[in-house]
Amino acid sequence: MIKLQRFHNLLIALLCAPIAAIAADGNAVIVNGGANPAAIACVACHGEDLKGNAEAGIPRTAGLSADYIVKQLHDFRAGTRHNAMMQAVALTLSEDEIAAVAKAISAKPGVNILVTAPTNPSADSAAWIAMRGAWERNIPPCTSCHGPDGMGVGNTFPPLAGQPAMYLEAQLHAFKGTPAGNVAKRGSKAKMLATRYNDPNGLMRHIAASLSDAEIKMLAEYFAAMDVSDTPVAADRIFLK
Amino acid sequence: MKLPVIKLALLLFWTFNVFAANLIKMDDQSQLPKTATTTANYFKPPSDSELPDNAFGDLVRKGEALFVNTKALAPQYVGNELNCVNCHLDRGRHALSAPLWAGYPMYPAYRKKNNKVNTYAERMQGCFQFSMNGVPPPADGEILTALTAYSYWLSTGAAIAKSLPGRGFDEPPQPAGGYNIANGKKVFETRCVMCHGSNGAGQKVGASYVFPPLWGKDSFNWGAGMHRINTAAGFIKHNMPLGEGESLSDKEAWDVAAYVNSHERPQDPRLIKGDIELTRKKYHEGDGVNLYGVTVDGVLIGQGIK
Repeated sequence: MIKLQRFHNLLIALLCAPIAAIAADGNAVIVNGGANPAAIACVACHGEDLKGNAEAGIPRTAGLSADYIVKQLHDFRAGTRHNAMMQAVALTLSEDEIAAVAKAISAKPGVNILVTAPTNPSADSAAWIAMRGAWERNIPPCTSCHGPDGMGVGNTFPPLAGQPAMYLEAQLHAFKGTPAGNVAKRGSKAKMLATRYNDPNGLMRHIAASLSDAEIKMLAEYFAAMDVSDTPVAADRIFLK
Repeated sequence: MKLPVIKLALLLFWTFNVFAANLIKMDDQSQLPKTATTTANYFKPPSDSELPDNAFGDLVRKGEALFVNTKALAPQYVGNELNCVNCHLDRGRHALSAPLWAGYPMYPAYRKKNNKVNTYAERMQGCFQFSMNGVPPPADGEILTALTAYSYWLSTGAAIAKSLPGRGFDEPPQPAGGYNIANGKKVFETRCVMCHGSNGAGQKVGASYVFPPLWGKDSFNWGAGMHRINTAAGFIKHNMPLGEGESLSDKEAWDVAAYVNSHERPQDPRLIKGDIELTRKKYHEGDGVNLYGVTVDGVLIGQGIK
């Protein structure tokens, strides 16, 4: 009797396994969307190869770290990162789907940055802030966390290079926040309401808050304009400048 | 009538402050002044645009490049994965991050570490031997000449032989009740781990570390100044997390410094007869607060790692 029960359990496990696998097929989510129709397919906005859409300011997701994608989806759900479309998607994807789609997206080819030769950036340029920072305002160089030429580091610091300027600019503004009309009118110091506050330890919020709108625009254009290559760049050519 | 009196008082006050600032002990960089200098107006090194476009400018540029990419450009002298700029932020310009403009004008100076008067080149040789866990480049060679030129240029206009505010790491005092390694681990996991990694090994992209290794075979050795908990606490307090300096309390800085410096790292190259205890007594006992040769939770620290 016990043996039969075990066999029964095994049978159920075997039958369910393929179903679970289908339910969490990451590539299927990319192409067709989640089981819930509200979780629309990634390709619908991020493009067939997930390279994003510069005109619409939609980011490239191909090749991003799986941990980073999972965190962003969870943060959209939790509301610490605002975006109507992505919040709707994140809320309607299952946990299994989130894990699977993140894995599938990260497996796609990431951006290859054509490493630029070391140069001495001129003062007040985007390259200056990117490579030297603005320490008098406690702004470290962008590349000191996002890596040489902003190619991204590990699971926490996403690539900036090759992302649409419109996207980068919008994110910096989301970290910076916009003056909340009512609060500002009531006097004292105008409060800034950030619509993205999922950065670890507030690292990006304090930087974005110290950047002017002109600098934000300039930096977004700088990283968006990085030359990309079809083939990976040799590791020994990549170092901080 | 009152105005000149106030002016005089202000002038006296100002004079006294300047005078007091100049009285700061002219000691070597490992025994730092304890006075708080966080509100000081720091010396401003020249801006890049002021660098002349001639042979001198070229040498300064070379020194700057070496300073930022030490491992890549001087691999024969660097035994770990660190670059000068890892501890001397903003290309050696950042106050309270041992800026070059405050270090350079203090040499030649007597150093207890090797019991002699050191030239600036000899001081930098110490960095290569200990902080970079490598081999000292020749004092009159290309590398130290370029780094000297860079330091000299950053010190343009700085007073010679005067301890400028912002020099060294301005260590916070040890918290009452001492430091707590277990709490330091908690601080590390909340504030440091996303960059330096849970094993303290840093993070690499391509050929270079973007986030430096804090312990293990690729970090500074047991003879480096940063192995002192008090020194590391100063660096961390004012500079970490990057761009968020002064955000940790003094106690958090000490605790996390103790946690980092309770991990193994390359052996002190001055190791005497392979004996940690002898080495501890000679070199570590009187050298600030450190865990070399100390047993913590039943484990002897300072065994080294290759």
